[in-house]
Amino acid sequence: MAKATASASQRLILWLLLAPALLWLFGLILLPHLDLALLSLRERTGPGEYAFGLAQYRTFFTEPLYWDVFVRTATISLIATALTLLLAFPIAWTIAKLTRGRLSTLLFAVCLIPFWVSETVRTLGWMILLRETGVIPGLLVTLGITEVPIEMLYRDPTILVGLVYTSLLFMVVPLYGSLESLDDSLIEAAYDLGGNGWTVLRTVVIPHASPGITAGCIVVFMLTLGNYLTASLLGGKNSLWFTEQIYTQFITRFNWEQGAAFGFLLLLLSSVMVWTGLRLSGQRFSDVMSRT
Amino acid sequence: MTTFDLEAKALSKRFATHTAVDALSFGVERGSFFSILGPSGCGKTTLLRMVAGFIEPDGGDVEIGGRSMCGVPPNRRPVNMVFQQLALFPMMSVGENVAYGLARRGVARADRERKAAEMLDRVGLPGLAAKRVDQLSGGQRQRVAIARSLVLKPTLLLLDEPLGALDLKLRERMKIELKQLQAAFGTTFVYITHDQSEALVLSDRVAVMNSGRFEQVGTPQELYYSPATPFVAGFVGANNRIDGQVSAIDGDLVEIRSAAGWTVKARRHGTLKPGDAATIFVRPEVAVLGRSTADLALAEPAAVHQGTVESLLFDGANSAVLLREQASRCEFRVALPQTGRYADLKVNEPVFFSFAADRAVCFGVGSSHG
Ligand SMILES: Nc1ncnc2c1ncn2[C@@H]1O[C@H](COP(=O)(O)OP(=O)(O)O)[C@@H](O)[C@H]1O
Ligand SMILES: [Mg+2]
Repeated sequence: MAKATASASQRLILWLLLAPALLWLFGLILLPHLDLALLSLRERTGPGEYAFGLAQYRTFFTEPLYWDVFVRTATISLIATALTLLLAFPIAWTIAKLTRGRLSTLLFAVCLIPFWVSETVRTLGWMILLRETGVIPGLLVTLGITEVPIEMLYRDPTILVGLVYTSLLFMVVPLYGSLESLDDSLIEAAYDLGGNGWTVLRTVVIPHASPGITAGCIVVFMLTLGNYLTASLLGGKNSLWFTEQIYTQFITRFNWEQGAAFGFLLLLLSSVMVWTGLRLSGQRFSDVMSRT
Repeated sequence: MTTFDLEAKALSKRFATHTAVDALSFGVERGSFFSILGPSGCGKTTLLRMVAGFIEPDGGDVEIGGRSMCGVPPNRRPVNMVFQQLALFPMMSVGENVAYGLARRGVARADRERKAAEMLDRVGLPGLAAKRVDQLSGGQRQRVAIARSLVLKPTLLLLDEPLGALDLKLRERMKIELKQLQAAFGTTFVYITHDQSEALVLSDRVAVMNSGRFEQVGTPQELYYSPATPFVAGFVGANNRIDGQVSAIDGDLVEIRSAAGWTVKARRHGTLKPGDAATIFVRPEVAVLGRSTADLALAEPAAVHQGTVESLLFDGANSAVLLREQASRCEFRVALPQTGRYADLKVNEPVFFSFAADRAVCFGVGSSHG
């Protein structure tokens, strides 16, 4: 009897502890998405008249512009994720394996510094550097590399650089975690048995770090795919970025139904990509999540 | 002529102000089991890692199989290492672990799987190739770690306290297995440990290391019966230690008098003169015990000492009794006879003990470092 009440009160405490998380999940994520889902499936039949229908989704597949932007966004996000991984790996390796104490803390801080400035200010800073009359094109002319100042904004490589820069920390942190937990003697043993830099990386380091790599890639891919500010500021009005299309539908066109449908397609895209990524790397979602 | 598989020549390593390995020169004969025995922090791991190539020496050279290893990276040295924590690859199966080195040498898959399976047979783990590393027991992992190295047929196998992580019972068994494996493969083993019993049981030759130098290199018997320095006498095996001043010299024997006034005779090691500070070491099994002087039944006349039982240290065949010498209140340990006689000694019981002076050894303090 006493035991039963004890466990009942324990259960109550558990629910109370979970309450903020559940409220957040339900009120701020599930509910708006349900609303959006209903919205996206609403077809306008006349002024102020609506009926259930798939018109918004049909528009997406019949209008080549939308489809192209969608594929383009996914491709650039994938490239950005891969570049971020390539760039973050040596950084994480340096922090986890080559430096100790103060120096590794300092390196972490260096990765964190960009985040002390708001994303808008940071991106505007990039624009000052890169625009036609900006610092870098001017420098290129002074050095005699180009004859006239070139416009570096509104180009795909510029968008990529911006996206990679914004995502770097989110890749470094999970990579650091998984590399830190790699026992140095495993690396030494691999060398001792005749491995070289590349084979040790391929057979020991990457298999050990793969949950961290997958976690970092998922986070970075989702962040880039959903990024609005960097893509639209560095890419300009015609950046053809999918989140920008959503923004346009909601704000400029006031076509909430179409915007909601696009939002859902984006959600679907990232879910499919994450699932495929996990499949390809042979990871389990729970393993990966415990590394993030 | 003896051939050396490993020769160190004035090998040195300094860390900041601390000299971890101090101009060491030694050779390890082909096919032998060579141990380096020393307290932790004396530089054993540093020495071994210089041989394996993970640490660049500050001075001197390492020759393996007659070839200088100067500038040769670890993956190109004909040595393999068994790490203290074994360092088996958890992301691979047991078979893949054993085949790892063969794969790096470009041996074809079918070939290396066959060789790995053969090697697992030889170390007594048949049919375990498909298991994951974490499904093995401590002793099995140990054997996998050794198999993984031996499959490459190295000139030299280095082992860094490989039994340290095992519990006592398993350690005893692995000791025997290790010796049998070494005999079966005939590979030269260089084994480091801080456990003197491992070194004595396993080795053909043992080097006793202290503060980056070798105090003595010899067979286990030599180290035990004729220690060259006070450090070796104190570190290898149990020993009673009596500090005092030389009061008389009689040929090879010296008499020393401890500060508390106990007079003891021992065999002289090195030159000593009256008045020198000196230390005597007497092994517990060298002394004989009796309830009366008649019990001592000495073959030759020796000084008889008197004491009381301080405590009984029962440990089966290694049982001993801790005495306090009557006059000086010095502690003295005497091994109990295997016959079970004196098993009924009581604490505070008065007893007599004696030891032959030529089986105790006397070192001058400062005559040798340590
Ligand atoms: N990388 C290092 N940097 C500074 N000091 C070290 C380093 N490695 C070992 N030492 C020092 O060198 C000495 C010998 O260490 P080690 O060879 O590990 O001893 P052992 O293996 O005999 O316990 C120790 O005092 C240790 O603190
Ligand atoms: Mg050590």
